[in-house]
Amino acid sequence: MTEASGQGTRSADAEPPVLEVRDLTVFHGQLRALSAVSLRVRAGAVHAIIGANGAGKSTLLRTIAGLHRPAQGAVVLGGVDVTHRLPHDRVADGVVLVPEGRRLFPSLTVEENILVGRRGSGEGSWTPERVYDLFPWMRERLDQRTAQLSGGEQQAVAIGRALAGNPRVLLLDELSLGLAPLVVRQIYGLIPELLESGMAVLLVEQDVSQAVRTASTIQCLLEGRTTLEGRPEEFTPEQIEAAYFGLASSRAAE
Amino acid sequence: MTWVNAVVQGVLLGGLFALFACGLSLLFGTMRVINLAHGDLAVVAAFLAVEIVPVTHLPALLSFVIVVPIFLALGYVGQRTLIQTSLDRGAFTVLLVTFGLSVVIENMLLEVFSANSRSINIGSLVSKSIHVNAQISIAYLSLGIFVVAVVVLLGLQYFLSRSSMGRMIRAVADDQEASQLVGIDHRHVFGIAAAIAFATVALAGLAFGMYSSFAPTAGQERLIYAFEAVVIGGLGSLWGTLVGGIILGVAQTVGGQIDPSLQILAGNLVFLAVIAFRPEGIFKGRVEA
Amino acid sequence: MSLAPGTTLAESPTPPVRVTRSRRPLRWSIPLVAAVVIVLAALPYVVYSGTTDVLVNFFILVTMASMWNLLAGYAGLVSVGQQAFIGLGAYIVLLLGLHAVNPFAAVPLAAIGCGVLALPISLLVMRLRGGYFAIATWVVADSCEQLVARSQTLGGGTGAGVAGFAGANPTLLSANTYWVALAVTVVALLAVYLVLRSRLGLVLTAVRDNETGARSLGTRVTRAKRAVYLVAGAGCGAAGALLAASQRFVQPGSVFSVQWSAEMIFVTVIGGIGTIEGPIVGAAVFFILQQTLSQYGAWYLIILGVVAIAVAIWTPRGLWGFVSRRVHIRLFPVGYWVRAPGAGAAARHGEAEAGTGSDPGAPSAPPPDG
Repeated sequence: MTEASGQGTRSADAEPPVLEVRDLTVFHGQLRALSAVSLRVRAGAVHAIIGANGAGKSTLLRTIAGLHRPAQGAVVLGGVDVTHRLPHDRVADGVVLVPEGRRLFPSLTVEENILVGRRGSGEGSWTPERVYDLFPWMRERLDQRTAQLSGGEQQAVAIGRALAGNPRVLLLDELSLGLAPLVVRQIYGLIPELLESGMAVLLVEQDVSQAVRTASTIQCLLEGRTTLEGRPEEFTPEQIEAAYFGLASSRAAE
Repeated sequence: MTWVNAVVQGVLLGGLFALFACGLSLLFGTMRVINLAHGDLAVVAAFLAVEIVPVTHLPALLSFVIVVPIFLALGYVGQRTLIQTSLDRGAFTVLLVTFGLSVVIENMLLEVFSANSRSINIGSLVSKSIHVNAQISIAYLSLGIFVVAVVVLLGLQYFLSRSSMGRMIRAVADDQEASQLVGIDHRHVFGIAAAIAFATVALAGLAFGMYSSFAPTAGQERLIYAFEAVVIGGLGSLWGTLVGGIILGVAQTVGGQIDPSLQILAGNLVFLAVIAFRPEGIFKGRVEA
Repeated sequence: MSLAPGTTLAESPTPPVRVTRSRRPLRWSIPLVAAVVIVLAALPYVVYSGTTDVLVNFFILVTMASMWNLLAGYAGLVSVGQQAFIGLGAYIVLLLGLHAVNPFAAVPLAAIGCGVLALPISLLVMRLRGGYFAIATWVVADSCEQLVARSQTLGGGTGAGVAGFAGANPTLLSANTYWVALAVTVVALLAVYLVLRSRLGLVLTAVRDNETGARSLGTRVTRAKRAVYLVAGAGCGAAGALLAASQRFVQPGSVFSVQWSAEMIFVTVIGGIGTIEGPIVGAAVFFILQQTLSQYGAWYLIILGVVAIAVAIWTPRGLWGFVSRRVHIRLFPVGYWVRAPGAGAAARHGEAEAGTGSDPGAPSAPPPDG
C-alpha cells in the first residue's frame, strides 16, 4: 500500500494519466445516472470509487468499458479518445472490466474462461501461465466448471480472465461482494503485483475501509456527482462519511 | 416384423430430422433467434441443386459442394445484415421478419418455379437397399443420410468444444455482454454461427430433396419437423436434437404404419404430448441465463 | 482535494401533473366513429353487391388483424396459428348448418365455441415462450386441419358446401352477409377497446416487454394473457364463421391455411402494432394492393411481405403509429398522456415509448410512480 501512495505523491504533472474521464454525463432512460464526472488514473496507481448504492459507481465503470453511451463527456485512454469505441474494441485498446457478479461463462471450464480472455496473438506479459502463477490453485482445477467454485475462486477466475487480455487499465467492480472478509483481503493483497507491470487499476468498492487501505486516490460519488476526491490520507472519516451520505455541509464544518 | 421395420425406418428418418434441427438449435442457443424461414431455406437449397448444379455437370450426389459454400456465405451475410438489425430491435421483430421472409421466399419460389413437386435425381441409388430379411430393408440413401447427420453432429460438437471459435460461440451464447467485455466481437461470432447453421440447413434440404419430392410450399412442413425434433429432444442440447429427431421419426413411421394418412398427425401428437407433460424436453440443455 | 460543498439531497417540489386519456380531448371521436358505422350500414342500399362482397372480406381481415394485434401487440404472444380458430369457426358453422341452423345465427355460436376450445389449447401452447410458442400454435393449427380432414361428414379433404341458405334471394343474402360482417367487426373492435381500457389492458401494457416485471406479478399476468388468448380465439372463430357464411364452401386446406396468419400479421405490422386503428389502416393498404395486383398471382403477397419486413425494422410503429405521433390523435384512446405544465417534450415523454429503438409497444405505459 505504501508503494501505491508513494507513486501517487510523485509530481502529478510528470506523467500523463493512462485513463482520463472528462465531464461524463450518462442517462438511463430519463434517469441521470452520472453528472459531469471526471477522473484521472495514472499507470501503476489504484483509484477507488466509493459511494452508496445507486450512486452511479457501476455505471461509471460500465461506461468506461463501453457498455453505455454517454450523453456528454469523453473517455480518453493513453491520450486517445475512445468514447465511441465498441466494448470489444476497447479491450483491444487496453481497458478490461471485471464486472459486478463476476459473470463467468458457465459452459466453459476454468481454463477455457482464462483462454477466452486472451486477445489477439497474446502480446503482453500476462499469459495464462502467469495467471496460474498468481493463483496456483487453478492448476488443479483447470477442467472444472465454474459453477463448482467458491465465490472467492470465481472472483479469481474473473480477474484472471481479465488479466489474460493484458489490460493497461483494469476495472474492478465490487470485488468484495458476497465474499468473506479474509478472502477479500487475499484478493486485494494481489493488487500490488498487478501494478508492478505498469497496469492502472480503477476499482469500485462498497467497503470504504478496504478502498481507503488500497487506493492511492479515492473519489466519492453521490447521485451521479463527485462529492469528494483526493488522496485518502487527506480526509477524516467524518468527511468521507459526509460525502458518502450527502449530509449537509454544516456537518462538515463542525 | 413390419413394426420393427417401421421403427428402423423411423430411426433413420430421425437422422434427417436431426440434421434439420441442429441449425435451428445452434441459432437459438447462440443468439436466441427463432428462424421461421428455416424450412424454406432448406427448400431453396434443394431448388438450387435441381436448377443450378446440372449446369456444372456435377453429379447430383455432389451438389453439396456448390450449395453448401453458397449457404455458408448467405448465412454470414444474412446474419450481419438482416438478422442483426432485427435482433437489435428485439426478439419480437426477429420473429416477424423471419416469418415475413418465409412467406416471401415461398411465394417467390412459387412464382419462379411453379407449384409442381420435383426431386433431386440421384439415379438408381434411390432404390438400392440392404435387405436384412423379408420385412426389414434399409435403403442406402437413408443410411447414408443418417451417417451424414451423425457426422455433422459430431463435427459440430468437436468444433464447439475444442476450437477457439467454438469457445467464443459458447461464451457468447452464455453471456453476450460478458463476452463483449473480454474482447469478443459478438456480431462476428453470430455471423459464424449463422453460417454454420445455414450450411447444415442446406445439407438437410439436399438430403430431403433426394429422399422425397419437394415443392415451394414444403418449407412449412420442414420447419415444423425441425422444431418438433428440437423441442422433444430438449432445447439447448445438441445430442438431444438427435434423440428428438429419432423419437419424431419413429412416431411418424409407426403412425404411418397404422394408417398412411396418420403419419404427420402422429408426429404432431407426440410433440404436443411432450409440451403437455415435459415442456423442457427429454434432455435439459445448458442452463438458460 | 475537493469536497463538494453542501450536497444536500435534492428536494425540488414536483410540479402538479395531469394524466389524461389523450392529448387533444376527443369528444368528437365517438360521434365520428358512430357516423362511419352508420354510413357503412347504409351502403347496401347505395352500392352494388359486388362492392359489399369485397367489403365483407375487408371486415373479415380487420377482425382477424385486430385479434392478432391484441395477442401480439398487447399480450406479447406472437401466434402464427390463429388459422386454427378460423378453421374451427368455419367448420362449426358447417356442422351447425347440417343441423339446419342458419349460418348467420351460427356465427356467434362459432365465436363462443372457439373461445371455449381456446382454453385447453392455451393450457398447452402457453407452456412455451417466444418463437417456440409460435411454432406450437402452428402445429396445433396443422393438427386441427389434419383431424378435421378425416371427417367425411364434414367433407373430408375436399370440403363441403354450407347448407342453410337454400332458396334465399341473392341480393338480400349479400346484404345480410354484409350487415352480419359489419356487426361482427364492430363488436370485435369494441371488445378489443374495452379489454384494453380495462384493468386487464393495464396489466398487459405495463408488463408487455418486461419479463422480470411479469414474473413478479406472477399468475395475474398469465391469467391476463390467457384471457386475451381466449378473446382472440373467439374473434378469429367469428371471422372463420363469416368466411363460411360468405363463401358458402369450406375446405380444410383453405380455412386452415397459414396464409391467414401471413395476412393478419403483415396487415397489422404495416398498419401499426399496438394501436387499435393500425389493423384498420393496414387492411385498407392490403386491399388496395390486392385489388391492383390481383392479376399478378402471388406478387401482392411478396410485396406485402417485403414491406412488412421493412416496416418492422425501420418504422416499427407502422403507418398509423407514424401518423398519430405527429398529429397526436387517437380515435380509440387507450393509453395515457402525462401533461406537465410548460414542458412539451416532457409531455410527449410521458407517452413512454417502451424501448425506443426496440420492439414496438403499446402506445403508452402507465406513468412511472415517484
